[in-house]
Amino acid sequence: MPGCRLAKFLICIIISATLPTAFATNLSPTATDGAENNAASVSWASIEAQAQGQTVYWNAWGGSPTVNRYIRWVAEQVASRYDIELIHVKLDDAATAVSRVLAEKSAGNLTHGSVDLIWLNGENFAAMRDNDLLYGPFTQQLPHFSLTNPQDNPEITTDFTRPTEGFESPWGKAQLTFYYDSQRVSSPPRSMTALLDWASANPGRFSYPRIPDFLGTTFLKQTLISLVDDPAVLTHPVDEQSVDAITAPLWDYLDTLHPLLWRGGRHFPASGPELKQLMGDGELSLAFTFNPSEPAATVTAYQLPPSTRSLILEGGTLGNVHFVAIPFNARHQAGALVVANFLLSPDAQTRKQDTTVWGDPTVLDSQQLNATQQAALLNTAEHPAQLPATALEQVLPEPHPSWTRVLEKGWITRYGSR
Amino acid sequence: MAAANLTPVTPGVFTRLIRLMPVVTLGLLTLPVVAGLAGIIAPALGWLPALGGESLSLAPWQALGQTPGLGKMISLSLTSGLISAALSLAIVLLFIAAFMETAVFRLVRGLLSPLLAVPHSAAAIGVAFLLAPSGLASRLLSPWASGWAQPPDYLFPGDPFGLALISGLVLKETPFLLLMCLAALPQCQASQRLKVARSMGYSPASAFTKAVLPGLYPLIRLPVYAVIAFASANVDVAIILGPSTPPTLPVAVMRWQTDPDLSLRFLASAGALLQLGVTAAALIIWWLIEQLLASLLTCWRINGKRHQAEQLSRWLGGSLIAALIFLLSAALIGLAMWSVATWWPFPAAWPSPVSLGTWQQATTTLGEPFRHTLSIGFAATALAMVLVIGCLEAETLRTRALSSSAITIIYLPLLIPPVAFLYGLTQWQVQFGLSAGWLAVVLGHTLFVLPYVFLSLSESYRRLDPRWSQLGAALGAKPSRVFWQIKLPLMAAPIGVAAAVGFAVSVGQYLPTILLGAGRLATLTTDAVALSSGGDRRLTAVYALTQLTLPALGFALALGLPRLLRQRRSPRHKKHRPLSA
Repeated sequence: MPGCRLAKFLICIIISATLPTAFATNLSPTATDGAENNAASVSWASIEAQAQGQTVYWNAWGGSPTVNRYIRWVAEQVASRYDIELIHVKLDDAATAVSRVLAEKSAGNLTHGSVDLIWLNGENFAAMRDNDLLYGPFTQQLPHFSLTNPQDNPEITTDFTRPTEGFESPWGKAQLTFYYDSQRVSSPPRSMTALLDWASANPGRFSYPRIPDFLGTTFLKQTLISLVDDPAVLTHPVDEQSVDAITAPLWDYLDTLHPLLWRGGRHFPASGPELKQLMGDGELSLAFTFNPSEPAATVTAYQLPPSTRSLILEGGTLGNVHFVAIPFNARHQAGALVVANFLLSPDAQTRKQDTTVWGDPTVLDSQQLNATQQAALLNTAEHPAQLPATALEQVLPEPHPSWTRVLEKGWITRYGSR
Repeated sequence: MAAANLTPVTPGVFTRLIRLMPVVTLGLLTLPVVAGLAGIIAPALGWLPALGGESLSLAPWQALGQTPGLGKMISLSLTSGLISAALSLAIVLLFIAAFMETAVFRLVRGLLSPLLAVPHSAAAIGVAFLLAPSGLASRLLSPWASGWAQPPDYLFPGDPFGLALISGLVLKETPFLLLMCLAALPQCQASQRLKVARSMGYSPASAFTKAVLPGLYPLIRLPVYAVIAFASANVDVAIILGPSTPPTLPVAVMRWQTDPDLSLRFLASAGALLQLGVTAAALIIWWLIEQLLASLLTCWRINGKRHQAEQLSRWLGGSLIAALIFLLSAALIGLAMWSVATWWPFPAAWPSPVSLGTWQQATTTLGEPFRHTLSIGFAATALAMVLVIGCLEAETLRTRALSSSAITIIYLPLLIPPVAFLYGLTQWQVQFGLSAGWLAVVLGHTLFVLPYVFLSLSESYRRLDPRWSQLGAALGAKPSRVFWQIKLPLMAAPIGVAAAVGFAVSVGQYLPTILLGAGRLATLTTDAVALSSGGDRRLTAVYALTQLTLPALGFALALGLPRLLRQRRSPRHKKHRPLSA
């Protein structure tokens, strides 16, 4: 009786289809802790009170044991100071969290989102803003935000040229930093043109992450900035008329560089961490990172040669700030706000900048701090692979995000398939 | 006792429950897969209101068609899937042909079963470290033999032909296919067939190919299809060993899916559907070759020649299997060395000094992931075991096997590339408000665990001598009693192995855990993947080794426990020895 079997099968499908709905009614929360109050009108004390006892799910990249350890310390601190349980949701890519929020929005989950806080910047921020996936503006509510002195430090409120408009709170700084093995490289290149000469003298010992990895894209942007006559043009959106003329020197440069790269430019490392691994394996002699203290930290962790040294190109390199943001449907907004505020506290920022902990540069403006706090921030251990703070003063601004798209597309068309 | 009732009019609770099992199982498998697929069909046609896609269009497909290197991506997925499956199958068959029923055979079987527990990504990382220019092989030869003071610059792994990818896949699929063959051999009366052919003067390899293989192949066809589907759609091995300009199609789809530019989600959905087509194409090509070979080989099989390429097959089968075991073990040893390494520069072949620092550092944070891995693994395996045994018991009650379409549904999660339906499934999970967490993850794991459990258990269950049950029934035992007191004890060994396989599959799951659990349930595998994105090979090695400890323990228990039980039972029940033998 196939008909009978089919009927049973269909009934079963209907039963299983209704099961999740049953769960939904059982599991849907009774408390309205995610309900949106007009947060701006609520005083900070009441936010802290509301945050008590909340569990904050912080979705953050989990690829670095040092960063993970720091986040564990933050969790201990907010537990004892604010009675917040902070859980680090370790991701291999922030995009996973963006997917989650997107799926929740698609499904109409507007107040009980599973992501409370997210570590991001640049493209992920732009994408979330464009699709209204973020809560805010909220930074003005954070008591510690004023310590960053946003009026005098425009990078605090601009993310890849895009104004943050209070939708993300600064956490740390990054600057493109090259590092090399001083035992193999006596005079490292200090400009993009010198890099080309160096590569032809040392073929196969340099590479950059495959586009569209963000570090690879940063390398393209840095090269473009050093090759264009007037870098100011890059701060504006791409103009279809002139784009080919502006990018032509970059593609010429890469055409010459690629045969001199590791694996003859036929294969690229997948990411910055893989680039670092290749340095550790001795396959490369020169590489770069976005975290100026990463070389020192990873020499200590046995991942890079003890003879590793860092450098910044003449004329400076690209730099940016990384942020934390709160999804529009975060269930524990109050808790997330309190954690974001704690991350900006002098205590948390000092510890983060300590090279023995993480070494991520602070976003606080030392003018806003008292003498003891300033002294604590300056008091960081020295390491031969670490550049002095003065070397990190020449920071180039990120080009307008529309250039990212153009460069990535151009690269993939030219070199993405050989 | 009601056992005297010899003409049961109404079936008991047990029988009714068992009869329901296949229906529940099929529903549980079909619904998520179909729902997941539906969840990506809409975006593939431009429909995803949350991203502003509010009208149907073919734009995602046009964008997909214009992707540079798309043809190469497709052909890479196709060829790596087909070639790796063909090679694995050839190695397994050559080996069985040459060594069936010898001591070598039992030795290899013992060596390969634990290797099955090695997670795919761990095996790939191990192989990459072994064969890369700065890898272990090159270090052992440098600088004394090769003259290399710095690593050479050859393109492997990541070669444009996908050779590294294919070898990585072969390494992982061969143990799996061998285990499947081992389960199927008794089912097709291989021993008897071999004896008859041998008595007619056929030498071992010819006897196997001409008399056993025609009976064996139909039984392992589905596992072979599962291997092709996995190999053509896999992400974790391809991302480590595969080429990058361009990558294989599934890797590209995963990149689009995780790109910060959310408008690429439409492209990713179209790509996932295309991947489904590529996997289907790979299976169809294989099926066509099967048909072709079957008709070509008929004449050859009955040509009466008794000795054909005997030495060659013996030599090939032996050396290929040996090379495989050697490579896998060397990859694991390499990982073990990295896990205790400090600064370990090229060309040093041994890490020095060694330190347990990385292990200590990791163990402080291993506790919770360990507990999650265990509880999810146990629950998913238990659920899958209940459903599978229920389905198989239903077969015996109905005295006929599940229909072939039912079997196909059971294997659906293996045949459909996970990238194609997991993202869609997450969408539905949120839609229905099934909260992300333990339960959702367990159900998600069951999707992938169940087919493997079915693969490992079904043949042994079906070939259990029906006379045991008949005897029990004749003595007045009800079906439930026959099941609990006769069948389950007799099946203890294969049930143990199936559970171990299922547990190993659960331990290795990354995407279902992270997507359905909203990343909140950290397991050994999710931590391992997150940490390996940081590029520290020492930590990756520690996690990979921990990751494979649990399944390896599972296999050890599965193989050791029944033997132990038997030893304890036999002295007390000497008279019943044949029963438990």
